[in-house]
Amino acid sequence: MSANTIVHAEVHVHRDDIGARLGMWLFLFTELILFGGMFIVYSVYRFTYPEEFHLAAQELNTIIGTLNTIILLTSSLTMAVSIVAIQKNKISLSLFFQFATIFLALFFMVNKYFEWTAKFDHGIYPGSDTLLNESSGQILFFGLYYMMTGLHGLHVIIGIVMIAFMMRFTSKGIVSYDNYVKLENTGLYWHLVDIIWIFLFPLFYLIS
Amino acid sequence: MASDAEVIGTNRHEPSYLDYKGKHSGIKGWLLSTDHKRIGILYMIGILTFFFVGVFLGFLMRLELIAPGETIVSAETYNQLFTLHGVIMIFLFIIPGIPAIFGNFFLPILIGAKDVAFPRLNLFSWYLYLTGGTLALLSIVLPGGPADTGWTFYIPYSVRTGTNVILPLSAAFVLGFSSLLTGLNFITTVHRLRAPGMTWFKMPLSVWSFYATAWVQVLATPIIAITLMLVAIERLLHIGIFDPALGGDPVLYQHLFWIYSHPAVYIMIIPAMGIVSEIIPVFTHRTIFGYKFIAFSSIAIALFGSLVWAHHMFTAGMSDAGQFIFSLLTMIVAIPSAIKVFNWVATLYKGSIDLAAPMLYVLAFIFLFSIGGLTGVMQGVISINIQFHDTAFIVGHFHYVMFGGTGFAMFAAFHYWMPKMFGRMYNRKLAKIAFWFVFIGFNFLYFPMLVMGWLGMPRRYYDYLPQFHPYHLISTIGSWILITGLIIMFYNLFKALRSGPVVTEKNMWGGETLEWQIDTPPIHENFTEIPVIEERPYMYKDNDPPVEKEETV
Ligand code: HEM
Ligand SMILES: [Cu+2]
Repeated sequence: MSANTIVHAEVHVHRDDIGARLGMWLFLFTELILFGGMFIVYSVYRFTYPEEFHLAAQELNTIIGTLNTIILLTSSLTMAVSIVAIQKNKISLSLFFQFATIFLALFFMVNKYFEWTAKFDHGIYPGSDTLLNESSGQILFFGLYYMMTGLHGLHVIIGIVMIAFMMRFTSKGIVSYDNYVKLENTGLYWHLVDIIWIFLFPLFYLIS
Repeated sequence: MASDAEVIGTNRHEPSYLDYKGKHSGIKGWLLSTDHKRIGILYMIGILTFFFVGVFLGFLMRLELIAPGETIVSAETYNQLFTLHGVIMIFLFIIPGIPAIFGNFFLPILIGAKDVAFPRLNLFSWYLYLTGGTLALLSIVLPGGPADTGWTFYIPYSVRTGTNVILPLSAAFVLGFSSLLTGLNFITTVHRLRAPGMTWFKMPLSVWSFYATAWVQVLATPIIAITLMLVAIERLLHIGIFDPALGGDPVLYQHLFWIYSHPAVYIMIIPAMGIVSEIIPVFTHRTIFGYKFIAFSSIAIALFGSLVWAHHMFTAGMSDAGQFIFSLLTMIVAIPSAIKVFNWVATLYKGSIDLAAPMLYVLAFIFLFSIGGLTGVMQGVISINIQFHDTAFIVGHFHYVMFGGTGFAMFAAFHYWMPKMFGRMYNRKLAKIAFWFVFIGFNFLYFPMLVMGWLGMPRRYYDYLPQFHPYHLISTIGSWILITGLIIMFYNLFKALRSGPVVTEKNMWGGETLEWQIDTPPIHENFTEIPVIEERPYMYKDNDPPVEKEETV
């Protein structure tokens, strides 16, 4: 080991947008597989208990579900617009649309909250006496419902946090018209959250 | 390998990565460092610590089995011992193992890069590893005691037992993410950061193997993550998904578990094969035979390996067609592994073999892995499988593959790369002595398991019928020999770190890959100038031992 030690002041700056995007795509892949595992479980039980799934799905509120679908689709749009805005160096416009995305996401979560609490009030939650008296298929339907929409909701919350960070980065100039890969990756993530919902919605709400 | 070996990393004014002073110094300079080499060493500390704990638990189990009846622990404790041993050895030792230590340290160097693609994510992965390890250990001290389900967490028992199952489950979950993020990092690194001229077929074979492994890590880990999470939630909330009492299907759990856990055995073995392919050319002074076959067989193993999971479940109820397909695929997946073995042996043929410690471990790898692999093919045959399922034969088989295979490759890597990593040489003679203890002890420990399993000794039992006593006795004595060898080996390596002869020579073994052309130990960002690669690796032009080979000890 050499005795002379030099204190390095310069920080090694390394920027690779393609690499960052590749990393994000790989990550989204893993997310898809994660939910894929759940979709496999869902389809196995849907085939085992078709009637019960059909019955149980009638308990879900299709109106709230549809509303939430529209909200999420719109939020994907605002997210995309915020990226276009930053590419054109319109910082406050981009910030506005990022904020709009967060707002819509929160709106989605509030709806979700009311939906879940309404179910709880009816005694429908995992391990509840009401549910345990129902048929196996119904227990499984609601087990899956809470698991999958819950996991999705967790992703929405993570998305909100990520976009909040992006707003900070944008206002500080870390995300800018010539360096926006972070925002772009956040956008990719957000679209994934949206796509997963697009699958969840019909599988739970529209099978009755 | 590079055009002009002299200009690379000869700048002696640069401090080595060990002496380098960045933003932080002292212990913080390690815990907050994003240098892939320092992170590799952080992993090494963690992984070895857990390995020693795991070995100690194995030692206790063998002691219990020295004689029939209760010897030192109760049946319940024995169940907890093999569960903790399994969880530690699988999730904390062998899966992160080679990629996390040597992949982190050498992958960027081998492709001529200064670091991995996402250095901060890399450090984050290590913290995830640490968190997972802590969770696993917490289960020992918290009320309820460590889980007694076996490392497979089969439902319904894992939902009913009163022990701490959620902790090891979440440990495995967090560790899964650590492994996944490492994989993601390596894929991006290999795609984006290869030095100019380093085309795919100029990559060293260990890089191929890290790359194939990384894909398995990325594609298979999410499944186990969600599955184990579901078991934890099943325990907490009774959602019913796997619980037969509520209509769920425990066999579905087994499928999901093995969809990951079979590919996981390739996460364990492919990097080991990479190490072997790296060491053999150096110690035979020959170009590797069948470079492309070895490279592509890694990919083939990764692909086919994801289609054979149900061979763990032949006795769990499956259609005849399913049995036939999974049996056939299991045998097919042995072909790419065999291709590698043949290529290694062909490389050895007529080489001037130098039996230094790394090479001894590699030769032992080929021998032990062949036994492990062939006993694996045997179990792919359904009629045999039904006889062997859940017997000591299985325990013998997977120790031959995981320990005799991956474990020995890791020991080979330690002896091969440690001098490079730390600039110190171990006592070579002692290393060989340790090897013989480890190798002989290993076979005494595990070969009797194959035999008694054949004769009907079930696995996961703390007691046995008297007719199995001789085998168990030999096996336990084997464990003492093996552990003696391990103690000598690590004593030798650790002693070298403190007081071994200093090595400054860049190429102490005469290797032809990039790590041998930079300083020993490497400088902070590996290369003063990014090399330009013009030749394929392992281009030994003649059969001469390259550097003078004096005993430094
Ligand atoms: C000195 C070293 C070791 C000894 C003495 C040892 C011994 C044992 C014993 C006695 C069992 C229990 C067999 C049974 O009753 O079913 C066992 C299980 C196991 N061992 Fe080891 N082992 C050692 C090293 C390793 C290593 C290096 C690995 C992995 C790389 C490993 C992985 C496992 C696994 C996965 C199980 C199965 C646990 C379960 O049934 O849930 N062991 N080992
Ligand atoms: Cu398998």
